[in-house]
Amino acid sequence: MSASAKPAISVNVSVSPGPAGHAMTSSQSMRMTVSRVNFFYGPKQALFDVNLGIGTNRVTALIGPSGCGKSTLLRTLNRMQETVRNTRLEGEILLDGQSIFAQDVTKLRSRVGMVFQRPNPFPKSIYDNVAYGPRVNGHKKPVAEIVEASLHRAALWDEVKDHLHKSAYELSGGQQQRLCIARALAVEPEVLLLDEPCSALDPISTAKIEELLVQLKESCTIVIVTHNMQQAARVSDFTAFMLNGVLVEFSPTPQLFTTPTDPRTEAYITGRFG
Amino acid sequence: MSARLRWRKILSAFMLTMTGVCALAAVSVLFFILGYLVYHGSTSLSWSFFVKLPTPVGETGGGMANAILGSAKLLLLASMVGVPIGFLGGVYLAEFGGKTAGFVVRYAADLMNGAPSIVIGILAYALLVKPFGHFSTLAGGFALGVMMIPITLRSTEEFLNGVPRALREGAMALGASRWRTIASVIVPAAYRGILTAILLALARVAGETAPLIFTAFGNRFWSHGWGQPTASLPVMIYTYAIAPYEDWHRQAWAAGLVLLGLVLLTNILVRTVLARGSAIPRE
Repeated sequence: MSASAKPAISVNVSVSPGPAGHAMTSSQSMRMTVSRVNFFYGPKQALFDVNLGIGTNRVTALIGPSGCGKSTLLRTLNRMQETVRNTRLEGEILLDGQSIFAQDVTKLRSRVGMVFQRPNPFPKSIYDNVAYGPRVNGHKKPVAEIVEASLHRAALWDEVKDHLHKSAYELSGGQQQRLCIARALAVEPEVLLLDEPCSALDPISTAKIEELLVQLKESCTIVIVTHNMQQAARVSDFTAFMLNGVLVEFSPTPQLFTTPTDPRTEAYITGRFG
Repeated sequence: MSARLRWRKILSAFMLTMTGVCALAAVSVLFFILGYLVYHGSTSLSWSFFVKLPTPVGETGGGMANAILGSAKLLLLASMVGVPIGFLGGVYLAEFGGKTAGFVVRYAADLMNGAPSIVIGILAYALLVKPFGHFSTLAGGFALGVMMIPITLRSTEEFLNGVPRALREGAMALGASRWRTIASVIVPAAYRGILTAILLALARVAGETAPLIFTAFGNRFWSHGWGQPTASLPVMIYTYAIAPYEDWHRQAWAAGLVLLGLVLLTNILVRTVLARGSAIPRE
């Protein structure tokens, strides 16, 4: 999981795509903006001068080989990296024009939700898993309503409605992951971060989740890390290719996969490495 | 079959047998003790043992009702001292303890765990017996409670650390504060292990005699409240077993069996309760 930045890559000559949103039309509004972000695990630098704009109600995919820093970048967006000791971040990240570092971290995380690589339901009932977020954040709406709505949005309701009070561990892996998505949605986040959400799932469960993401972007901005290029091509509107902690190329998805501008992107998507 | 292969097979079979024999030896000691206790204890066990006070020297019969109640009171006090301190200290160690502070607390707990129980008794004597001028249930319970602290602390820490990081991150990603994460996800995920450890600690101190000799002391009658000396099963066993009377020996055996039975009963009860609810599957 930890990014291993190879020291051979020069730090300052990064081929960043310039100002955030470079790849997009100017009319596109930005939910989040990452500017000049450097990130360090102790002495080891994992992200080099990353700039990125995350379009509102769009799916942005981060692709790249293992250890390229895509998960690290994702985890800076809800400040989850701060839970790892001995790390340091330079640069600025904005959410709706405000610095995410200037606001309360629990508030930020209720606005920027996250789904992890492996399903991680709590050892509680299905209902209590989804109700957890609204409860800790003190939502006004009745919890039961939120739970039902969230399970509907995660396309899980029909499968679990008759046994909401069973343990979440009795669900299959794919169902557990959709439960985790429902749990994240229950907090009504503006942005949903997904860290390789399908890597532990079978193809059918994967297809369900991909379908779900396309529906979810109506109401939510989505950032997904994936090492599956087909998946990025299927679900995303914009794709960022990362290599050794550097954001190499960031373009609309069809453009990145058909006419990449950087030779390294081309090498990666044609399968010459990674 | 080559000689080398045959040698490997022999060695493997030998080692396998050795581990089996040792495992059997370990278990048979336990069963030997259990069997011996049941054999001697059960014949001396009667209803009056549970409901009557000890008889004066020379008279046969009587029971140890006061010691059973005394032990229960001592263990209640011990849990009130040992469980909160050990548990919260363990939470601190697992969740907040930095390198230096963590090392100091952990090392101190391990040292305390290794301290002879009679030394803990002296501590309780100095703090709660000497200043008041008399032995008391309070002092005995305190001594046993102090003994429970390091066991509870270290096992709480261990079980909390065993909770997968993914659960912690899952809660924090939903906007839960650190304390909320610990209280509503981490501790519930680990509570079975922690409770089992607390029970083991309780079972261990239930049989302690040394720290009680000069704190709770002993009492041939009912002990009222918390300020008087009280009888307890382990001290009774000790006193009765070294006495020169045949009837007392029988009663000591019975007391041993009752002590074991009570510990076993609590254990089974708590485990039955714990069997409900959902546990985290092992990866």
